[in-house]
Amino acid sequence: MAIKQLTVFVENKQGALVTITDTLASNNVNIRALSIAETEEFGILRLIVNDEETALKTLSDVGYLIKVTEVVGVKIGDAPGKLSSALDVLDKAGINMEYLYAFMARTEKHAYVVLRVEDNAAAESALEAAGIHLITDADIEKL
Amino acid sequence: MEQRYYQKEIETMPVEEIKKLQSEKLVKQVKHVYDNVPYYRNLMDEKGVKPEDIHGIEDLHLLPFLTKADLRDAYPYGLLAKPLEECVRIHSTSGTTGRRVVAFYTQNDIDLWEDCCARAIVAAGGTNKDVCQVAYGYGLFTGGSGLNGGSHRVGCLTLPMSSGNTDRQIQFMTDLGATILCCTPSYAAYIGETLKEQGYDPDDIPLKAGIFGAEPWTEEMRHNIEATLGIKAYDIYGLTETSGPGVAFECSEQTGMHINEDHFYAEIIDPETGEVLPEGEKGELVFTSLDKEAFPLLRYRTRDICVLSRKKCSCGRTLIKMAKPMGRTDDMLIIRGVNVFPSQIETVLLNEGYEPNYQIVVDRVNNNDTFEVNVEMSADKFTDKVSEILAMEKALANSMKIMLGINPSVHLVAPKSIVRSEGKAVRVIDKRKLI
Repeated sequence: MAIKQLTVFVENKQGALVTITDTLASNNVNIRALSIAETEEFGILRLIVNDEETALKTLSDVGYLIKVTEVVGVKIGDAPGKLSSALDVLDKAGINMEYLYAFMARTEKHAYVVLRVEDNAAAESALEAAGIHLITDADIEKL
Repeated sequence: MEQRYYQKEIETMPVEEIKKLQSEKLVKQVKHVYDNVPYYRNLMDEKGVKPEDIHGIEDLHLLPFLTKADLRDAYPYGLLAKPLEECVRIHSTSGTTGRRVVAFYTQNDIDLWEDCCARAIVAAGGTNKDVCQVAYGYGLFTGGSGLNGGSHRVGCLTLPMSSGNTDRQIQFMTDLGATILCCTPSYAAYIGETLKEQGYDPDDIPLKAGIFGAEPWTEEMRHNIEATLGIKAYDIYGLTETSGPGVAFECSEQTGMHINEDHFYAEIIDPETGEVLPEGEKGELVFTSLDKEAFPLLRYRTRDICVLSRKKCSCGRTLIKMAKPMGRTDDMLIIRGVNVFPSQIETVLLNEGYEPNYQIVVDRVNNNDTFEVNVEMSADKFTDKVSEILAMEKALANSMKIMLGINPSVHLVAPKSIVRSEGKAVRVIDKRKLI
């Protein structure tokens, strides 16, 4: 069920990010969501794309250190309190979260949240039991 | 394993006979140098030593040392011992640490050097059925020419590739079925990495042995290269000042390098006092060329820190062995008063499962030494969690602190972001201005 996130090691250097986005653009890869965690020396770029196979191949070919991480994706209503209730579910189930980031879809009245947790399966069943809609790679492709 | 030798009589000569041969050659050599090299004659005169005082190897310690500084002072022709009409070639050092050194060769000098390289190739299992790929640089650098000549003498089919152009190296290696690879260990590792990237398995290529030298490398790096390329990796030692690679070479035992001591007499000295140390003690390696004609250096201080051993070798060779140099008196960094050898950093990285791709950056800020080590992130250690990467950096810094006694700040950097020269790797950037 989990969705695939691409994780790229990026050095904190001018132009490092634009090389990645250019490479993806010229290979017709559309970025759905991204987040960067950074330190003084390096950053970790996390990407959700419409075509992760092409993205993985083209970025590896250019020499980027890149890996696929399985994360949980949920679809929540675009209204106050919706994120809180999803997080509450995980908290009550005792599932630790590393990080999360959110994105909106163009047309739908929904927000999407990418969750990086210790235990994907446990998180998914807790969220499903609470009636929260999980998304798949197929959903991402259609966005 | 059946042992083969290129010059069996010399390579397995009883020690007493080798010593006799060395003594005879030394007496002649000292006279040759005294008569033909005013620079060294002056040094001997200053020390009050005459050629007549040298009756054999036991008197060698009476002679003055030569250092790299002498070679610079005497540049270019000051240490030449033969008229130019008898010289046929020069080679030269890269000159990265000051003025370059130019060494001269007569045809005899080339012949004895190539014999030394041939001994190394045969000791690594080479025969006239082998295809020997020489990926050391050709030209002024001694690596390419030396192994090229040795390979000819053994009768290998020689591929004079020179260094660089890795795709072409791999194409020739695979198309022509190279069985022996000669290059620097860092380039061998790079070729190995590239082969792996291109989808080759060690079993896909007939390569069986490698002869790697011209830069420091560790036992761990040897195991790495042996595994990636599916070969036995043999060490070879030499320096332009004495001829080039082949001054010493490794045999099947892989526990140190046999010195071609019929041509090069080795001493270990205390680098501080210059006193000769007994066999087995660690100190600076000093070489005397016993029969080179054009550029015969007597008691040349290599600045390599090393140990000699006469322990009986299972390969049958009686030639004395030198351990892999443990560092150079001039490569050694003194950081916050502590001696640091780049090879120690490399050992830590390999122990911790990283590729030995690193760069040490030393600077001085507010009278304190800063000590940074940049290490390339490896694909199997990469994670999407910042906290884990920071923990990896900290763990590496800890291991280095245990090894060195001082704490570096370690940064993981992108793969292949540290400049790999396809000849010698730049491992140290020392920005301190210490005057």
